[in-house]
Amino acid sequence: MAEPLLKLDDLAVHFTVGGALRGGTKILKAVDGVSLDVNPGECLGLVGESGCGKSTLALAIMGLIPPTHGGIALNGRAISGRDRMATARTVQMVFQDPYASLNPRQTVRRTLADPLRLHGVTDRSEVDQRVMDMMAKVGLRPDHADRYPHEFSGGQRQRIGIARALILQPKLVICDEPVSALDVSIRAQIINLLLDLKDEMGLSYIMISHDLGVVEHVSDRVAVMYLGRIVEQGGWQEIFEDPRHPYTRALIAAIPDPFHLVAASATAKARGEIASALNPPPGCHFNPRCPMKAERCVSEVPALEAVAAGHRAACHFRDRVG
Amino acid sequence: MKWGSNTWVGGALVAVAISAAILAPWIALTDPVMDANLMNAELPPSWQFPFGTDAQGRDIYSRIVYGARISLTVGIVSQICNSLIGVTLGLTAGYWGGWWDDLVSGTTNLMLAIPSLVFALAIMAILGPGLVSLVIALGITSWSYSCRIARAQVLSLKSQGYIQAARILGYGDLRIMFTQVLPNILGPLIVIATLGMGGAILAEAALSFLGLGIRPPFPSWGSMLSEARDQIRAAPWLSVFPGLAIFFTVLGLNLLGDGLRDILDPQSTTRRA
Amino acid sequence: MSTPLLAVDDLHIALAGDKTTYGAVEHVSFEIGRGEAFGLVGESGCGKSITALAIMGLLRRPLSLGGGRIVLDGQEIQDSPAAEMRRLRGKRIAMIFQEPMTALNPLSPVGRQIAEMFVLHEGTSWNEAMDRAEEALRQVRVPSPERRIRDYPHQLSGGMRQRVMIAIALACGPELLIADEPTTALDVTVQAEIIDLMAELCAAKGTAILMISHDLGLVANMCRRVAVMYAGRIVESQVAGAIFATPRHPYTRGLVDSLPRLGERSRRGQQRLREISGVVPSIAAYPSGCRFNPRCPAVTDICRSTAPEITALPADGLVRCHHHG
Repeated sequence: MAEPLLKLDDLAVHFTVGGALRGGTKILKAVDGVSLDVNPGECLGLVGESGCGKSTLALAIMGLIPPTHGGIALNGRAISGRDRMATARTVQMVFQDPYASLNPRQTVRRTLADPLRLHGVTDRSEVDQRVMDMMAKVGLRPDHADRYPHEFSGGQRQRIGIARALILQPKLVICDEPVSALDVSIRAQIINLLLDLKDEMGLSYIMISHDLGVVEHVSDRVAVMYLGRIVEQGGWQEIFEDPRHPYTRALIAAIPDPFHLVAASATAKARGEIASALNPPPGCHFNPRCPMKAERCVSEVPALEAVAAGHRAACHFRDRVG
Repeated sequence: MKWGSNTWVGGALVAVAISAAILAPWIALTDPVMDANLMNAELPPSWQFPFGTDAQGRDIYSRIVYGARISLTVGIVSQICNSLIGVTLGLTAGYWGGWWDDLVSGTTNLMLAIPSLVFALAIMAILGPGLVSLVIALGITSWSYSCRIARAQVLSLKSQGYIQAARILGYGDLRIMFTQVLPNILGPLIVIATLGMGGAILAEAALSFLGLGIRPPFPSWGSMLSEARDQIRAAPWLSVFPGLAIFFTVLGLNLLGDGLRDILDPQSTTRRA
Repeated sequence: MSTPLLAVDDLHIALAGDKTTYGAVEHVSFEIGRGEAFGLVGESGCGKSITALAIMGLLRRPLSLGGGRIVLDGQEIQDSPAAEMRRLRGKRIAMIFQEPMTALNPLSPVGRQIAEMFVLHEGTSWNEAMDRAEEALRQVRVPSPERRIRDYPHQLSGGMRQRVMIAIALACGPELLIADEPTTALDVTVQAEIIDLMAELCAAKGTAILMISHDLGLVANMCRRVAVMYAGRIVESQVAGAIFATPRHPYTRGLVDSLPRLGERSRRGQQRLREISGVVPSIAAYPSGCRFNPRCPAVTDICRSTAPEITALPADGLVRCHHHG
C-alpha cells in the first residue's frame, strides 16, 4: 500500500484564552487529537459545524498554525514551519469567500504570475505560458488576465482562486467551503470543475464543508468532526448510508429531504445547541444532545474504533446505531 | 471616480504654492535677503513692491515667493519622514503583533500624549535653529497618526483571504506587508500625509514665530510673521501676506487631502447586485 | 372560496440607478391563504427579499413601489400611510431576518425586546409584558427562560438569538410571518430545529408563513406551495412536491438537477453534477425577452425577443416559459 500523501498523527491544536483579568486562562482545544490519512489521488471530505475545528485543522496542515502536539507528515516527511516554500509547492488552499480572497489591487495575471516568480520560474515566456494554461483549465478566457477582481462575478472569482491554488502544481489542495458563498445555480459548475481538475492534475483534496450533499458527491472518504475530535470516518457510501455515530445521523436527519432519498428518522435529530469548545461536555462531547445518551457517555470518552473494515466510529453504541 | 471640487480647488492652491517655490528665482522681483534698502523700510503695497516692504526694506512679495521653498520643503520632507516612520511601525506592529506591537502601541500612546509641537520645540532647543534641525524635529515627532491608522488597517485586513493565501503560497512576511497589505491601505495614509504637510507648515510657522525655526535674514513665512509681530497695527501688510500664504497653502493641502480620500476610499471589492 | 390572507397582484418594484431606473421586481403575483406556509425561492439578487420589504411597507430609496397591489385580508395596503403600516407591522404582519445579531438591539436585554411588543401593540404594563416575555421564551424552547430574559443578544448563541427573534415576531399573534433566510447563518443541526419550531408554532397559532430562501429543499419541505423567482420575476409556482418531481421551468429543472443532494450520487451512479451554464445576470444587464434565455438549454428565437407570459398549471400552479412542460 502506497505511503499516504498526508498523515496526521494525534494532532492537537490548543489555544490559551483569557488572562488574569478575565477569570483565569482557559484552554481552547480547537483540535483535540486527530489522526487522519489522505492518500494520493483521493478526496477526503471533512464534515462538521461551527466550532468543530475543521478550519483550524486546515491551517495547521498548511503550516500556518503550529500544532500543540502530534505530527503532520507530507510525503513521509514531517512539516516544519521553516520550509514554507517547499510546503507551498505541496499543499495549497481554496478559500470560502471569493470576495475577500483575492487582492483587489492585482490583476488576475499578477495574482497567478507572482507565485511562479517567487518560486524561481524566471523565464518570462514560461511564466506567461503557465498562467494562460491555468486560466484555460479553470474556464477563464485569455482576455480576463488583465482585469481586476471586482470586474468578475462570484463564480469567476472562485475560479481565479482555484487557479491560484493550482498554479504551483501542488499535490494536496484543501478546499474550505468552496461553494458555500456562491449562488446556488453555479455551485454545480465549480464542483464539476474541482472534480475535473482532480482527475486532470492527479490531485488529492481535503474537502471541508458543512453541506453533506457536496461532501457526498466529491469525496472518496469522509471524516466527521465534532468539537475538535473525529467522531466517525470511513468510505463515503458507508458514512452516508450506514452512519454509526449519532452525530452523523443527526447531521443527515437535519437536511430537509422532500424526496425522501435518505432513510433518516426524526428521532435521529440532535437536540439543543452546539457546546462551546472552551467548555466541552465531559466524556463524549456530543452527549448532551445525543438521543442515545447513557451514563457511560458522560464518564468515558469513546475511542474511534472499527465497526467494519475502514469504517470507524467513536461511540459506545457504535454497533447498535442505525 | 469623481473628482469633487475639493480636489480641484485644493490641487490648484497647492500647485500655485509649489510653482511659486520652484519658479522663485524667475518670478521674484528682488533678492530676498540681499536687496535690503533701509530707505524703503515698511512701505505699503505699491506697484514697485506688490506686497509692500518689511522693516529692512526688503520686498515682501519676493520673500514670500522664496519663503515658499522653505515652508514647502519643511512641510513635504518632514511629512514624508513621518509617514515612513509611522507606516513602517504601524504596518509591522499590526502584522506581527506580540511584543513588537505592544512596544509600538505603547510608544505611540506616549507620543500622542505629548503635544507634538512641544516635543519639536524640545528637539529644536537641543539642535539649535535652522532648516535642517527644523525638518528633523518635525519629521520625527508626528508619526503617531500614520502609525495608528496603518496599524488599524492592517488588523482589519489580516484576516482577508488573500493575505492568508499569500502566506500559503510561500510569501515572506515583509513581502506580504509591502506588496499585499500596503497597496490596499494607501488611501487613508495618503490623506493623512497631505493633512500632515499642512500641519508641518503651520508648525514651522509657529516655531519660527517663536524664534526657534528659521532665523533671519532668511525668509520663511513663520519668521516673517515673527518679525512683523510688533507692527500688526502700524504696518499690517507685514503680517497679512505671510499669513495669507500660510492660510491658502494649508487650506489647499487640507482640501486636497479631503478630495483624495473620496477618490481613494470607495476603492474596494464591490459585490455584485 | 375564502379570501386569501395576502394577495400580491402584479407587483413592480423599481430601483433608481445613477441615470436610469431598473425594474428590480416585475409582474409578481401570488396568494397566501390563512395559516398556509408559502415558499419563495431564488438566488441572491432575484428580488425575493425586496418583495418582502414591499409587503411590509419598508421600501426605501433607491427602491420604490412601481405598481401593483398588495391586499391583506381584503384590504389594499400598498398605499397605506406610514402610521397605518406601523400599526400593521408586528401586530398583523411580522418579519424575521437572516442575521439575528444585527436585527436585535445589542444594548437591550432580550426579555425587554420581547416585552416591548406587548407594550407597544397591546398596551399592557411593563410588568405584565415581562411575564409574557418569559412565557414567550418558553414557547420557543429557550432553556431557563426566567434567566434568559435578562441576557443581552451577544450572550446568546446564533440559534438562541433566532429563537428570540421568533418570539418577538410571534408575540402579538400576527396573521402572517415573513421569514427571510432565517436559518442561512445557522449550523445545520440548529437549522432543522428552528425550522421545526417555526412550523409548529405557526401551525398552533394559525399564522401563515412566507418563507424566503435560496434553499429549495428546505422550502419544499416546509411549505405547501413554492414559487421560484429569477431575475425579478416569478418563473414557476407549484405545490411543493411537484416543484421537485415535475419542475416545468428550465431554471427550476436546472436547479433541481444541479443541487448536490444526499443520496443522489448512489442513485445516479456518478459524481459529476448537471450544471446550469452561465451566471446570474446583474440588474443592470438583464437580457431581453426571457431573462433566463442565455443559460437555457431549450432556448429558441422567441425566447430572446419576447418575454413569456404566465401559463396556468393544474392545482393553482403557474409557469412563465414559452416552452413549458
